[in-house]
Amino acid sequence: MSNNTDTAAHHVHRDDVGAKMGMWLFLFTEVLLFGGMFLVYAVYRYQYPDQFHIAAMELNTTMGTLNTIILLTSSLTVALSIAALQKGNKFLSLCFLSITLLFALMFMVIKYFEWTTKISHGIYPGSPELLTKPNGQILFFGLYYIMTGLHGLHVLVGMVVISFMIVFIARDKVTSDNYVKLENSGLYWHLVDLIWIFLFPLFYLIQ
Amino acid sequence: MANEIAVKNFYNQSTNKHTGILSWLLTKDHKRIGLMYMVAILTFFVVGMLIGILMRLELIAPGRTIMSAQTYNSLFTLHGVIMIFLFIIPGLPAIFGNFFLPIQIGAEDVAFPRLNLLSWYVYIVGAILVIVSLFLPGGPIDTGWTFYIPYSVRSSTNISIALFAAFVLGFSSILTGINFITTVHRLRAPGMGFFKMPLFVWATYATAWIQVIATPVIAITILLVIIERAFGVGIFDPALGGDPILFQHLFWIYSHPAVYIMILPAMGVVSEIIPTFSRRTIFGYKQIAYSSLAIAFIGYLVWAHHMFSSGMSDTARWIFSLLTFIVALPSGVKIFNWVATMYKGSIDPQPPFLWVMNFIFLFSIGGLTGLVLGSLATDIHLTDTYFVVAHFHYVMFGGTGTIFFAALHYWFPKMFGKMYNMKFARFAVVLYFIGFNMLYFPKFIMGYMGMPRRYYDYLPQFTTLQEISTIGSWILVGTIFFIFGYLYHALRKGKKATSNPWGGVTLEWHIPSPPPLENFEKIPTITHEPYDFSQLKEMKDE
Amino acid sequence: MSGNNKHHISYGTYILVWAALIAFTSITVTIAGVSLGRYTLFIALSIAAIKSALVINIFMHIKFDEPIFKVFLGISGATLFIIFLLTFFDYIYR
Repeated sequence: MSNNTDTAAHHVHRDDVGAKMGMWLFLFTEVLLFGGMFLVYAVYRYQYPDQFHIAAMELNTTMGTLNTIILLTSSLTVALSIAALQKGNKFLSLCFLSITLLFALMFMVIKYFEWTTKISHGIYPGSPELLTKPNGQILFFGLYYIMTGLHGLHVLVGMVVISFMIVFIARDKVTSDNYVKLENSGLYWHLVDLIWIFLFPLFYLIQ
Repeated sequence: MANEIAVKNFYNQSTNKHTGILSWLLTKDHKRIGLMYMVAILTFFVVGMLIGILMRLELIAPGRTIMSAQTYNSLFTLHGVIMIFLFIIPGLPAIFGNFFLPIQIGAEDVAFPRLNLLSWYVYIVGAILVIVSLFLPGGPIDTGWTFYIPYSVRSSTNISIALFAAFVLGFSSILTGINFITTVHRLRAPGMGFFKMPLFVWATYATAWIQVIATPVIAITILLVIIERAFGVGIFDPALGGDPILFQHLFWIYSHPAVYIMILPAMGVVSEIIPTFSRRTIFGYKQIAYSSLAIAFIGYLVWAHHMFSSGMSDTARWIFSLLTFIVALPSGVKIFNWVATMYKGSIDPQPPFLWVMNFIFLFSIGGLTGLVLGSLATDIHLTDTYFVVAHFHYVMFGGTGTIFFAALHYWFPKMFGKMYNMKFARFAVVLYFIGFNMLYFPKFIMGYMGMPRRYYDYLPQFTTLQEISTIGSWILVGTIFFIFGYLYHALRKGKKATSNPWGGVTLEWHIPSPPPLENFEKIPTITHEPYDFSQLKEMKDE
Repeated sequence: MSGNNKHHISYGTYILVWAALIAFTSITVTIAGVSLGRYTLFIALSIAAIKSALVINIFMHIKFDEPIFKVFLGISGATLFIIFLLTFFDYIYR
């Protein structure tokens, strides 16, 4: 992150380690944000273990597993895109980034279908159908929507960030000599993946 | 150079090509950003104080005095929201941390200057949202600043907007924290190891960690309440299986560390002022540095002492009570070390030092009464009474608020290049002490007698103490306006200040008053300990 | 003050890590079908922790960065863990 200034008073100052440090600190705030949600989940799962079990059976494990594989692979492609840029291969880097974007889109599409299916079955926060179920199940689905929703929001933001990186690399604003912005974008994307790594077993694998 | 009046300084040097107000609104200079924060924060401090005056006016007599109960509920809510989120939490870090952290470590600016400017704008957006929440249909919020479930879900006032404002303000805090941590790790001048940093830097650094790690928890809590209001998910609703106490856990997991965001920088300022006006090095530098980290860390472990009567398990209650007693220890270390610093020192009782004396007395009362509240048996009688109100005003206002004035009086000559009227300043310290104790000490007594907090009305036996308290509020607020008055006068017509009016030795006193744009002609190489007063001889030739 | 990372990870290493992640995913899905009683949650979370360690150390590069990053991560993780622990002192003993 360079501080380009318009007067002679400042020198141009570049600190890649500092930029990465700032990014990691931001990631910690995300960890604590989702951490708070995981705490809520943990408390209610502790209090309603059987109802969580029953409610989880309504979720489609295949879709969940598919989404997990998609996100893991997208983490691979973003890492490969950085490796490619480090080796000076701008075209390959752009290819990998575009594939990452594609995977992110696939994830969102699958999520969209998951949600709409649930909603068409009458299972959404405040729905009459849901309110007839036992409390533990009401909480399970409430947590499901909130946590996957918040996660999905972060996927969307990640897609925007990656799109910006594609433009920056194409325009040589991020290059094989100056790619800390891409690394930081990668860090963000890996965090999105990490959150899902925990969401997946907690919602889809409670058999 | 250092003793000459500074002609070229950051007021007439800009980081951008603009002039006038645009050169401020688009600045990347940490000093200008600190001053912009000062203008905004002081404005809201005044608003918060005026609300307090109105509240005390209502309470001067039992029954309705000047307002309805609903209005009173909104006023104490806003008083808390404004004072906490718009004044005390940002106050010292955003103003004095921004201005002096880079200078004290020998840097030209913070690690991310543009992010710094962004954090100011985010603060302004949050502040505007708070104001907006007062006027939209629904009216100003009335839940108390703690917006407990279930009322925060049921209240028809503008809860979601006000909560979203707090969410936005949290972001400003987070960005500042990220900036300061990175700055301390990456931009220290050559020779400035961690244990050569001034204690204000240590304090601000520890605070920055709390800002980064704790604030997201209130963010998610706020989001959950907004979602609950919008969709009725049931996360905190017992009818649907939720637990209202879980809300309190989440709320206080941030809000307790938040009070350490408030007090740690203040303690850092005390660690600056005492050596300077005792003309000797701080006693136990490493212990004070470590105690800042200890307070930051242990501060995460005590939150449920706000919840002793909420319905938690007994096990949780005694564990949190024990941890609460433990967190008092590092604060005690600081107080003992400060007093030890003054022992056999050459005391120069200038206004900043007198403010610190105010602090030590008022904060000690606040801290000790905190122990009374931290002990389970006594807390049951005193929780949610005026005793709590007195306690937190002694620590937050008597502690951080007093140091806000101390820092202002200490660093005013450096920031503005002018000196203020010393006689007025000494007079103000005494008036403040009188007004403060008159306003808040009766509340300890009333709380002990059973007067509940946040009550619009009260039984006749409390009348005399309520009257005394209200009169105290007039004296205190009058004094504060008096302080603003002579400081503003000093800004316009004060005598020009030298680079080192107090004889301090940390880096800010080595540069002109006001500082030039890049702070230092040449980044210094540090060889001295931070409070080594033998430097004073060399500094006269700088 | 600029610091391009001298340590570059090869394509091959990344792909190997990815393969391990996929493998662990299939393990955790398969195990979910097996009735493990009290240990189900613990095993599922352990596998998630291993996957996270791979992502954090290799994909996010923390294994090869300056040690201060690991310290930072440790501080944040420890704080989150303690928050969980202390909250559960309430719920377990209600």
